[in-house]
Amino acid sequence: MSSESSKFTGLVGWVDNRLPVFSYVHKEYGEYPTPRNFNYWWNFGALAMFCLTVMIVSGIFLAMQYQPNTQMAFESIQRIMRDVNYGWLMRYIHMNGASFFFIAVYIHIFRGLYYGSYKSPRELLWMLGVVILLLMMATSFFGYVLPWGQMSFWGATVITNLFSAIPIVGDPIVTWLWGGFAIDNPTLNRFYALHYLLPFVIVGVVGLHVVALHVTGSNNPTGIEPKSSQDTVPFHPYYTLKDSFGLSVFVIIYALIVFYAPESLGEAENYVPANSLQTPAEIVPEWYLLPYYAILRSVPDLLIIDAKLAGIIAMFVSILVLFVLPWLDTSKVRSARYRPTYKKFFWVFVVVCFVLGWVGAHPPNEKVFGLEWLEVIDVGRITTFYYFFHFFVLFPLLGKFEKTKPVPNSITESVLGASATEKV
Amino acid sequence: MVDAPKKNGSLGQSEADQDEAHDGRRREFLYLAAGGFAAIGAGAALWPFIDSMNPSGDVLALASTEVDISSIELGQAITVKWRGKPVFIRRRTPDEIEAAENASLDDLIDPQADADRVQRPEWLILVGVCTHLGCVPVGQKATEVRGDFGGWFCPCHGSHYDTSGRIRKGPAPLNLDVPAYTFIDDTTLRIG
Repeated sequence: MSSESSKFTGLVGWVDNRLPVFSYVHKEYGEYPTPRNFNYWWNFGALAMFCLTVMIVSGIFLAMQYQPNTQMAFESIQRIMRDVNYGWLMRYIHMNGASFFFIAVYIHIFRGLYYGSYKSPRELLWMLGVVILLLMMATSFFGYVLPWGQMSFWGATVITNLFSAIPIVGDPIVTWLWGGFAIDNPTLNRFYALHYLLPFVIVGVVGLHVVALHVTGSNNPTGIEPKSSQDTVPFHPYYTLKDSFGLSVFVIIYALIVFYAPESLGEAENYVPANSLQTPAEIVPEWYLLPYYAILRSVPDLLIIDAKLAGIIAMFVSILVLFVLPWLDTSKVRSARYRPTYKKFFWVFVVVCFVLGWVGAHPPNEKVFGLEWLEVIDVGRITTFYYFFHFFVLFPLLGKFEKTKPVPNSITESVLGASATEKV
Repeated sequence: MVDAPKKNGSLGQSEADQDEAHDGRRREFLYLAAGGFAAIGAGAALWPFIDSMNPSGDVLALASTEVDISSIELGQAITVKWRGKPVFIRRRTPDEIEAAENASLDDLIDPQADADRVQRPEWLILVGVCTHLGCVPVGQKATEVRGDFGGWFCPCHGSHYDTSGRIRKGPAPLNLDVPAYTFIDDTTLRIG
């Protein structure tokens, strides 16, 4: 047979000649040439993958105990917490796993922004990542509804009502989403079905994300492409070990939260059973959605668009803008290491995102630091403005006017210095 | 396997060899220790998920059930639910007791004396699940088929049980199970 070409022998070789899984794993996770200069910020893709796995495994076992029915949902969560063997552990792993998944993914995204990982030829890789982020947001939203507490119910009410802002077809769409005239059992059933489905869609898109990554190869802290074999090391054992170490640290922090502060990231209000006749005093989304929530609330009436619709448009654009970022950024230099001006604005942007998160967690008319002349909504408006200014004005202009620093000739040169490169 | 860096200068050849061998043992130990630690960790992480599928606290809390047997007449039987399964409670007639006690152990597929299967000869308490493939045998009512031995008959694959619930004929390998039970008083029975 002409196709008996696998380097593996025996049973593994027999399988590999017919279904080259072993060759694939060896090529893509063994010898896969990876830039030699990754720092720890490059751990977070693998960490996100770990989180996805943990979420799916813990989720499947929780699904074996959960009841997606408005009469039983809240009770079934209490049963999981009290009666099911290790139910409390599985639920705390799952609840806090969502937070840690978002932590990993947000750091992963900020790393991409800092080192210009979205630029040619990695635009599609980046865009697939944005798709994953959107799917994660939808999945976490559906998941948060399932315990059927007050925050579940009213969070679902508020988010689904966003669609009512769409002119003309808005209200019929909301009715369709609900399967009724309010959030009720049909809504809970479909959210459960979707909450089970979407993680597997995420797995699929992650697969595409990884394939796209392995076509272009990874970016690295210098932002320049590897030029020779000196610039790369095999993925195994170099980065399997580096990822393992990072994973150990990440899991220790995750475990500390799960075991010692499992409710610290949640809302106590959600332990009150859903009541469709009474809204809680304050509705707050989970922390990872707070910045978008702040943008939603900050936008005033804009020309002919009322504040409701304008806020919703702004919120969606704040994420969708990431899709066009590769073309908004006109700079030829990738890494912020050699972009002194961009580097400063990058950190401003990070601070702005945190401030937006803080704004989202506070009532709009609360006074900031007790100052008479400054309300939370004012801070929200300033930071929302900066958010869009950063993408739509700074990125295009910086590329044209920024004085960049000289980029090293190769990754090896940046690691060992110019003289070392000559010696080798 | 071991590719220790070459030492230069002052180290003698034998010393360098020793150093390499030492390095190899240490590396193997590290592999084993790290691998073993990871395996224990993975097992510890996996166990809660596996255990979550075992009966939960609320299910175990239903593990015993009390039955009022005062209304059961001689020759009658009732079926009660215990741990989700049917339990047969039969008040046997003197004829049935005699038949059960006189059966020769040599004729039995799963030999067991009737006295070992009852606390009070009049009351026979059994888990009503055929030991073949889990169907519920018929014979609780006098009008139902009770098989060749006057006890129960499993309609699925034709197992015959006698008036002590012992398998006498057919594919089932074992006698009907006797659950743990106690008579709280003459009219109240606790199963489990």
